[in-house]
Amino acid sequence: MEILVCVKRVPDTAENEIEMNSAGNDIERDDLVYSVNEWDNYAVEEAIQIVDKVGGSVTVVTVGDEDSDEILRREMAMGAEKGLLATDDAFSGSDCKGIATILKGVVAKGQYDLIMTGAQADEGYGAVGGMLAAMMDVPYASLVNKVDVQDGKLVIGREIQGGSQEMNEITLPCVLSIQTGINEPRYVGIRGIRKVSSVEIPELSASDLGVDAGSVGEAAAKVKKVDYFVPEKGEGAEMLEGSTDEIIEKLIEILKANGGLK
Amino acid sequence: MAQIYAYIEHHDGVLDDTAMELVVAGKKIAAGPVTAIVTGSGIDAVASEAAKIYPEVIKIDTPALAYPNAEVIRKALVNILPSGAIVLLPHGPFGMDLGPGLSIKMDSSFASDIVDIEGTDGNLVKLIRQEFGGVVSVHVTSDISSGAVLCVRPGAMAPDESKSASGKITDKSGDAGDLSANRKFLEIVEPEAGDVDITKADVLVSIGRGIEDQENIGIAQELADAMGAVVSCSRPIVDAKWLEPARQVGTSGNTVKPKVYMACGISGSFQHLGGIKGGFIIAINKNPNAPIFQVANVGIVADILEFMPALTEKLQG
Ligand SMILES: Cc1cc2nc3c(=O)[nH]c(=O)nc-3n(C[C@H](O)[C@H](O)[C@H](O)COP(=O)(O)OP(=O)(O)OC[C@H]3O[C@@H](n4cnc5c(N)ncnc54)[C@H](O)[C@@H]3O)c2cc1C
Ligand SMILES: Nc1ncnc2c1ncn2[C@@H]1O[C@H](COP(=O)(O)O)[C@@H](O)[C@H]1O
Repeated sequence: MEILVCVKRVPDTAENEIEMNSAGNDIERDDLVYSVNEWDNYAVEEAIQIVDKVGGSVTVVTVGDEDSDEILRREMAMGAEKGLLATDDAFSGSDCKGIATILKGVVAKGQYDLIMTGAQADEGYGAVGGMLAAMMDVPYASLVNKVDVQDGKLVIGREIQGGSQEMNEITLPCVLSIQTGINEPRYVGIRGIRKVSSVEIPELSASDLGVDAGSVGEAAAKVKKVDYFVPEKGEGAEMLEGSTDEIIEKLIEILKANGGLK
Repeated sequence: MAQIYAYIEHHDGVLDDTAMELVVAGKKIAAGPVTAIVTGSGIDAVASEAAKIYPEVIKIDTPALAYPNAEVIRKALVNILPSGAIVLLPHGPFGMDLGPGLSIKMDSSFASDIVDIEGTDGNLVKLIRQEFGGVVSVHVTSDISSGAVLCVRPGAMAPDESKSASGKITDKSGDAGDLSANRKFLEIVEPEAGDVDITKADVLVSIGRGIEDQENIGIAQELADAMGAVVSCSRPIVDAKWLEPARQVGTSGNTVKPKVYMACGISGSFQHLGGIKGGFIIAINKNPNAPIFQVANVGIVADILEFMPALTEKLQG
């Protein structure tokens, strides 16, 4: 099985406290620590496990700039054989549809049976996988939390409300967006990353991919970010202040008053 | 202005609450009627319920739609909707499955997890979304000149509960076209019952990623023991296999209704909050900007790894 996994470099919210800049129209971008989108790690792990079982290879691709090289290498250290970097000035400012258009160009240059994305990335759209599938005219399933490879098809589980799982049969080739918890992504250490540090990662431009530069990037984007802001807080919580001892004393009173202590 | 449609989710013959929310979302885009779309098999009662909320209802009633398979419903919608349509969906497991692909096939713009709509300016509808788990909000515009698919966060719009419409139901089942699919629904697998039932607990000590390490789970358990409470958690704790799925609170976990919910090191994502239906919420988080403080009754800015043991010690006397 030839599998392509789409991965994105995103600000790591576990490593940064996201704050507004002084102008109040964007987040503070200096010193942001970046990593691989959490969902994409699960997708890469799942792809590796499938290949371990049925053979084939895993390729990881990202649409980004030079800085995205490091996340491709990280996923290669996990076990992806190849990395591809789709990069071009024409790509910047793409909306989800633009990213899907670029990825469609990447898919067309290979022979993939299965394409995986994360269920969503930092901006929370959850859109690229479903768009890519529709552009390619292949079936799609979102929020996948189980994959079982069968002859020429997959049996997959989708996460729906309340922890229930919706089982489906889906033909290949197809696109799946992977939900967290489907597996336990393996740990990669510095040493693993060093091992793949000299592997060549091909860079693909709009013309390499046969992508019309006018169909991607800022100018083609129908969805545009205007500015960031901090929402007006409603009532908000009553904040307990003071020394830890004082706070604990107040809290115990509050717990008692609300039936929180037995 | 393009016609606005709202896709109505229903389960076991009952309309989802989002039916009363999408009509409000539609009116925020433009004045004028919003049309409900109801799909399924044997759905007369559901369509009548929708007609109490929407002035127009389109019904697509055929055995092929008995289960809401997004691929099949997409085909039906593409055949039935006029080009340029604005389609509203709930941003949940079904909307996430249907929406992105539908926008491609309709050649329209797409935006999801919309928390508010500020109206329309020419071809641009002005939306509010959130990023980074709700810490910051974003103004976004979506060009609707060739239509749009807009997925609205469940619970974000104040519902219109008046049920004052007496809508006209139009049967378009005959226009749905070819409904064959490459993805076939097999069955629903229910979650396994766990050893604990957090839905019955009066008091929950709920931990999130702020607990930092599997080794620290004991800190929460000790506090819960001292309080006579049960330990529950956010999703990352289950994903990491530190606690079992039966302890997860949220849209993809359990819905809880305790007297007191103590959220420790939980940021307050909408999927987590979607599982808390009432109760007195106490939030402990080291980040004063954490969104959980906007919904909590009482907040404490503290490191839970220090605060929880201190509280336990005090309770144990
Ligand atoms: C389709 C879908 C379904 C989902 N379903 C669910 C669901 O059912 N339930 C659910 O919970 N999530 C669900 N999620 C995930 C959800 O979007 C969030 O990612 C998740 O709720 C975040 O969990 P958290 O608050 O524990 O972690 P984070 O968002 O990482 O927050 C951790 C918080 O801990 C604080 N913190 C860190 N260290 C400390 C410390 N030492 N002391 C005090 N505070 C500290 C931080 O300031 C932060 O606010 C779902 C996501 C998707 C896409
Ligand atoms: N720039 C990108 N490069 C490669 N894949 C991406 C990119 N942006 C999004 N994706 C993929 O699409 C998934 C969903 O992202 P989104 O639709 O932006 O929420 C991610 O988990 C990735 O798998």
